[in-house]
Amino acid sequence: MINEHSEIILSVKNLHANVDGTEILKGLNLEVRAGEIHAIMGLNGSGKSTFSKVLAGHPDYEVTAGDVVFKSENILNLEPHERATAGVFLAFQYPLEIPGVSNRDFLRVAYNAHRKARGEEEIDVFDFDDLLDERLSVVKMDASFLDRSVNEGFSGGEKKRNEILQMALLEPALAILDETDSGLDIDALKIVANGVNQLITPDNAVVLITHYQRLLDYIVPDYVHVMAEGRIITTGGKELALELESRGYEWILAEHRAEAVA
Amino acid sequence: MANSSDLNAILAMPTTASLTEQRDAYLKTLIATAKAAVPTDLALADLRTRAAALLKEETFPSTRQEDWRFTDLSALLSVNFAAAEASTVAESAIDPLRLPETTGAQIVVVNGVFNAELSQLEQLPEGATVGSLRQLSQNADLMTKLQTRLGQASGSHEVFTALNTVGFQDAVVIYLPRNGVIDTPVQILYIHQGQDTLAQPRCLVVAETSSALTLVEDFWSTGDEVRLTNAVTEIWLEANAQFTHSRIQREGAGTYHIGKTVITQARDSQYIGTAVDFGAKLARHNWETYQTGEQTTTKLYGLGAITNAQHADTHSLVALIHPYGTVEQQHKSIVDGKAHSVFNGRVVVAQKAQQTSASQLNRNLLLSDKARVDTKPQLEIVADDVKCAHGATVSQLQADEIFYLQSRGIRAAQAQRLLIYAFAMEMLERIPLESLRSTLAERITQWT
Repeated sequence: MINEHSEIILSVKNLHANVDGTEILKGLNLEVRAGEIHAIMGLNGSGKSTFSKVLAGHPDYEVTAGDVVFKSENILNLEPHERATAGVFLAFQYPLEIPGVSNRDFLRVAYNAHRKARGEEEIDVFDFDDLLDERLSVVKMDASFLDRSVNEGFSGGEKKRNEILQMALLEPALAILDETDSGLDIDALKIVANGVNQLITPDNAVVLITHYQRLLDYIVPDYVHVMAEGRIITTGGKELALELESRGYEWILAEHRAEAVA
Repeated sequence: MANSSDLNAILAMPTTASLTEQRDAYLKTLIATAKAAVPTDLALADLRTRAAALLKEETFPSTRQEDWRFTDLSALLSVNFAAAEASTVAESAIDPLRLPETTGAQIVVVNGVFNAELSQLEQLPEGATVGSLRQLSQNADLMTKLQTRLGQASGSHEVFTALNTVGFQDAVVIYLPRNGVIDTPVQILYIHQGQDTLAQPRCLVVAETSSALTLVEDFWSTGDEVRLTNAVTEIWLEANAQFTHSRIQREGAGTYHIGKTVITQARDSQYIGTAVDFGAKLARHNWETYQTGEQTTTKLYGLGAITNAQHADTHSLVALIHPYGTVEQQHKSIVDGKAHSVFNGRVVVAQKAQQTSASQLNRNLLLSDKARVDTKPQLEIVADDVKCAHGATVSQLQADEIFYLQSRGIRAAQAQRLLIYAFAMEMLERIPLESLRSTLAERITQWT
């Protein structure tokens, strides 16, 4: 929902970033306000996933220029865990398996890290189990998943639901969903989208990174951005996604190149 | 025992031939030390004479022998060990080590000798015999039965096993009659105290047909005094016997710990063992199982967690010579600092051992650039109708796993501890005693 007077959650200005010495982000600009849903689309290699990892603070990516201001604070010098407890959440494209750590313990440690960062005491184990039970319903997950190792042996859809469960528990101000819809069948997609929709409030914001317009039938974006060559080259409403779906990317890239020449 | 001028003369000799002489001489000295410690009421002349004869063929191990290639004992050659003497320990030092689940079934062995005052054995069922070989040696019937077992397992000629046989001062005996079940897990606490001392704990378990037992062996010492613990445990499982075993080695930082666990399994018997190596300066565990009948189950789980200049070596052997056997082995090591971990796991499946299932996995977690791992999984399979899997991995903590945890608000240091903990718990979870499991887990939690 667009409200021009709501708080600016994320402000990215002229962001440049390298991986292994190669520049991937080349002057990216983006502003996200509370209550908004943004979709970022683009071809493979346009820098979408790099952008999400840079926001979360992945150590392999080196920011060479620009600012990332999250709720009035420049977060580029923060450690990944500090960004997380400040309210930035990245749902991974490929969630990691962690053998030997139960999902329940992982979620509790993560939840308590957030409480500690807010100066609150750790949650009582029984209270936490009650909270988890309630949040499980957001993604229609069976409680038996809690006692398995994190993502180990989970199907693709189960891993993505587990990401949204973490989002439901940690209640971030900014959630970046990196291709959360890729590889999901339609039932799993509906469950994931329905879960995300339940978590959207006027005080938080969501950035969806996706290849496919289909997701945007279920989570309706306020803005659709097209990324190419490490920056956002055009921005429109949800109808832009439909146009990309029917016409592909070539026309928009051609327009962009023509503009650059002019 | 060599006097110090002899020893200095020996140490001055540089050639290969003289190094062999030096090792021969050192072994002779150790044998003499061990022999001199034998109490008169536990002469066991036949057994010990035979072991001494076997030792005449042996020399003190060097890294030129394949079995000792990665484990160098030459630092021992400059230590003049004296036999450790029977002694006692303050009750207050023992109390924290007593596992609540084993109340009434606790045996305390100090310097290789059963300590009656510290042991508590009131929870044992009728018919089961648990105690000190020296005290039981008056029971002629029992001794007759034991003599067909004591020192009779395969591999008894191995140098340290024979050295123990020549000189053990006492032994813990656990004898379970047919269908005998000890519901209370039994704990044996082996304590070694002294400086430049040799202690040789010995344990003999005989489980008759369809009996069942859970045993914890806990090797414990403190301080960084130089000591040599040379332990041997022989386990005999008769038909359909079930045995669950936890072997914990948490000796002091100056201790050289050499241990042998040998299990002989009759048909339909089951052995589930978990061995944990946290302590000692240098530890070597020879873990061997031999099969005398079909359809045995053997599960070996090992965890080493070492740092600084510690060295931990596990040599295991599972020999299947009958059909329908099952072997499952997992061995994990956490190696930090300048520590060195060695794993050599042999699984032998002979031609007759058809319809067997064998799996072996060795995983190593390297936490420092200076840590070292040598691993050698060895499957020798002759039979053709066999299900078999094996593998070995050496890895560091995965940066992507750490980042994933960090992205959920968990600090990097805590993320690392969580991953190390998870790696270790897969093995510690096999230990059936909750109190022991959590004590050992606590140690992993504090890993930094």
